[in-house]
Amino acid sequence: MKRTYLGEFEEIVLLAVAVLNGQAYGVLLMHEIIEQTDRSVRLNQVHSALQRLEEKGMVRSEMGEPTNERGGRRKRLFSVTAFGQRTLQEIQEVRASFWERMANPLKLTMPI
Amino acid sequence: MHSNPPRLADRFLQFFCAPHLLEEVQGDLHEEFEYQVKHVGARRARWRYWRDVLGFFQPRYIKRKSSQYPQTYLFSLNMLRNYFKIAVRNLLKHKGYSFINIFGLATGMAVAILIGLWIYDELSFNTYHKNYDRIGQVMTLINHERDGLGHNHSMPYPLSTELAINYRSHFKHLVKASWVQDYILSTGEKKLSRKGQFMDQEAPEMLSLTMIYGSWSGLQDPYSILLSASTAKALFGDIDPTNKPLRLNNKVDVKVTGVYEDLPLNTQFHSREFFGPFELWVTQNPWIKERALQDWSNHFLTIYAEIKPNDTFENVSSIIKNAELKNLANYKEQAAQNPQVFLQPMSKWHLYGFSRGVPDTEPMRMVWIVGIIGAFVLLLACINFMNLSTARSEKRAKEVGVRKAIGSVRGQLINQFFSESFLIVVLAFILALLLVLPILPWFNNIAEKQLTVLWANPYFWLFSLSFILITGLLAGSYPALYLSSFQPVKVLKGTFRVGRFASIPRQVLVVTQFTVSVTLIISTVIIVRQIQIAKNRSVGYTRDGLIMLQMKSDDFYGKYDVLRAELKKTGAVYEMSQSMGAVTNLASGNQGFEWKGGDPEEQFGTLAVTHEHGKTVDWQFVQGRDFSRDFPGDSSGLIINEAAAKLMNLEHPVGEPVRWTWWRNNKVLDYKILGVIKNMVMESPYDAIEPTVFYIKGHNGGVNFINIKINPAVSASVAIPKIEAVFKKIVPSVPFDYKFVDEEYNTKFKAEERIGKLATFFAILAIFISCLGLFGLASFVAEQRTKEIGIRKVLGATVANLWQLLSKDFVVLVIISCLIAAPISYYFMNEWLQKYTYRTEISWWIFAASAAGALTITLLTVSFQAIKAALMNPVKSLKTE
Repeated sequence: MKRTYLGEFEEIVLLAVAVLNGQAYGVLLMHEIIEQTDRSVRLNQVHSALQRLEEKGMVRSEMGEPTNERGGRRKRLFSVTAFGQRTLQEIQEVRASFWERMANPLKLTMPI
Repeated sequence: MHSNPPRLADRFLQFFCAPHLLEEVQGDLHEEFEYQVKHVGARRARWRYWRDVLGFFQPRYIKRKSSQYPQTYLFSLNMLRNYFKIAVRNLLKHKGYSFINIFGLATGMAVAILIGLWIYDELSFNTYHKNYDRIGQVMTLINHERDGLGHNHSMPYPLSTELAINYRSHFKHLVKASWVQDYILSTGEKKLSRKGQFMDQEAPEMLSLTMIYGSWSGLQDPYSILLSASTAKALFGDIDPTNKPLRLNNKVDVKVTGVYEDLPLNTQFHSREFFGPFELWVTQNPWIKERALQDWSNHFLTIYAEIKPNDTFENVSSIIKNAELKNLANYKEQAAQNPQVFLQPMSKWHLYGFSRGVPDTEPMRMVWIVGIIGAFVLLLACINFMNLSTARSEKRAKEVGVRKAIGSVRGQLINQFFSESFLIVVLAFILALLLVLPILPWFNNIAEKQLTVLWANPYFWLFSLSFILITGLLAGSYPALYLSSFQPVKVLKGTFRVGRFASIPRQVLVVTQFTVSVTLIISTVIIVRQIQIAKNRSVGYTRDGLIMLQMKSDDFYGKYDVLRAELKKTGAVYEMSQSMGAVTNLASGNQGFEWKGGDPEEQFGTLAVTHEHGKTVDWQFVQGRDFSRDFPGDSSGLIINEAAAKLMNLEHPVGEPVRWTWWRNNKVLDYKILGVIKNMVMESPYDAIEPTVFYIKGHNGGVNFINIKINPAVSASVAIPKIEAVFKKIVPSVPFDYKFVDEEYNTKFKAEERIGKLATFFAILAIFISCLGLFGLASFVAEQRTKEIGIRKVLGATVANLWQLLSKDFVVLVIISCLIAAPISYYFMNEWLQKYTYRTEISWWIFAASAAGALTITLLTVSFQAIKAALMNPVKSLKTE
């Protein structure tokens, strides 16, 4: 498999960036992920993941306009690159193909 | 209410976070904080903020983005080479300044090296002995109800027995020792007088003597002797003297069993030129076996001990504390002193003595004072360097500008100036070493030391290296940090002007320099005056042509009349007498005198003399008459000095009876006062005169010194051989070992003269270094104001005007220094003088004279440059660019 490996957390961050569609930045992403996954996420983790994703070329960023609530500081806004999109798609396809080949699809309510 | 995130956390974030990430990270953190304030409240939001900030404290966020420009390396070899090249060119271009800088610094360093060696020598005292850490001397702390605290260095004999029997397990070695005394050593025709000490046989091992011949067991035989290398050489030459016979004091024959390397000057045992076995001393002094073995009241022994490797002095001291007291049941007088036995470690022998029962801080203070003076002289030299560099900064401002313009960063310039200062410091250090070599013998002479440059000692080099480093940093920091801060635009445009206050630090430094110098000058003058006033004190007897010799052997006794008659027959001798102790020493003092209205508790100096003593030393009578052989009753006569007369407070002392009761056995002697003489300075010339009485016969032993007054008509060089011949004839067994009284008297001034000489040395150096710096500054100022002077001259200023103009600034600085120095030196010198009873006044003229001296020197220094500048042809100076 040639594509760059994505960690589970990175994948979630990348998905969140994709969902927020151009408006994604650190705090917002954190809140979004906390809401969706219900796990405790810290700001520095989100920033680290974003940096790694940018290094891998899956997101690109630009500085936004200054806003008052941040004391006049600009946000760094992230959006998914084409490479990022394709990676997400490939992951999705890989998973879908496994799910299809499964004889007895798992019930979603698994006994704990 | 609007609340802000914790400021400290924010500061911390700003400190560690990489600048290119800071904005977004901090923005996110602040936004999150606002959110949390709304949801969980300000208090918890603050805690979370801290937690979040710390979350970012990891390499990813700390690491700075690398610059897109190539990095400037601060330590490029090429640049370093360039710095040195420029430095050397600068040195060569301004030879005068370079000389002042390097030579001034070298002088300061040479002084610092000398002082460093001196301090090292003081602090390493006794470290020659390998067991230095564990050797101690047994002493007692006494605490008497009436006489107060005190320390006893001499121990009673039974204490040594007590320690050896009941406490031996706490010591590795326990060594009894006699007092140190002159002995006559003779072999064949050769006779020498040498100081020696008799010690137990373990002593050589304890002291780890370096044996050249023989071994440490050399003192086992009771008739043996260990010689120092120099003594052995003087007696036997270069051969191995072991097993050779030697005669001690013309009485006992001993055998040389070993030769040890001379103990260096900085050891306590240096004065011993031979060691003998303690047993021999006991057999030669029968009174020890007869009376002293069980007598706890007779203190005459020195006891040394070496403790076990893992033990401490405190521990052993606490164990032996009561070794004396518990045996004093029958000695009320001794028990009243409550003696506490303890061990005084060898490391404290030299610098931590005792004075009247309390630790004596004087020796350690001397070390500190000398160290501080050394540091000050070095500081003066560094100040010169700093001053000259900053003063000349304007000259180099252009260079800084150009360097900065072509891309030099500040760090490089700092490097450059530091490497320049290090170059100078290293040159100065080499010069300083070259200066120290010829000065050292002279310095040793004054300081009475055997200092050598410790070429092979790694610590010396380590110290020198750190010394160079510190001086380089100290001297180079100001120019390095100051020059490198110039802004290239201003400098190159020529609008750069050193501000009005730029010269303030320079002036402060000059004031500091001169304050130190003037303080030293004033102190020196006061020390020299103190010595002078003591030297000019009326002595009360005539020292010229007076010689004395100690009667070291029994052979002298009973030959008084023969000797006197023979000596007078030669014509070279005016008179001869014998006395207790030397004329220059008050050998004995006692209580127990009663007179009309007198108190037996009063202490008097008590000296036995022969009838002719007065005539020999030429004492001067205020009242009454001298002893005379014509009156047989004079053998119970008493001559008292003025101090004694004053103490006795008798209206007509002559003829008054005095009774002396001996404290040991209550025997009584009755005297009649024959005469009152003028006070004689026998003790320290700085102290008050002790009340003293002279008599023919007393309780406290007899005469032990011979005094000979040479006939004034005969020169000493003629008289001495004649006197010697008489001694050879009458007392052939003893070397004729005489001393001139005036020479002996002068040794009383030795300590103070030494301080005086050293103070003069330092003061001269301090003023020299300061003037060197001032000379440099003055020439700089004159050069800087060349144009101004030219214009003034054209407009009609006279040379005197210009001289005044240029000198004024410096003179003001020196006057300020004098004003600061006067109270400082008054304070310290007043304190110093307190230890002398007979002391000089600190009068105002000393300050005035010192200030005038300093001003004169300053004017001379500055005037040379000022007049040179003032005499310049204005046409030339105005044309220069």
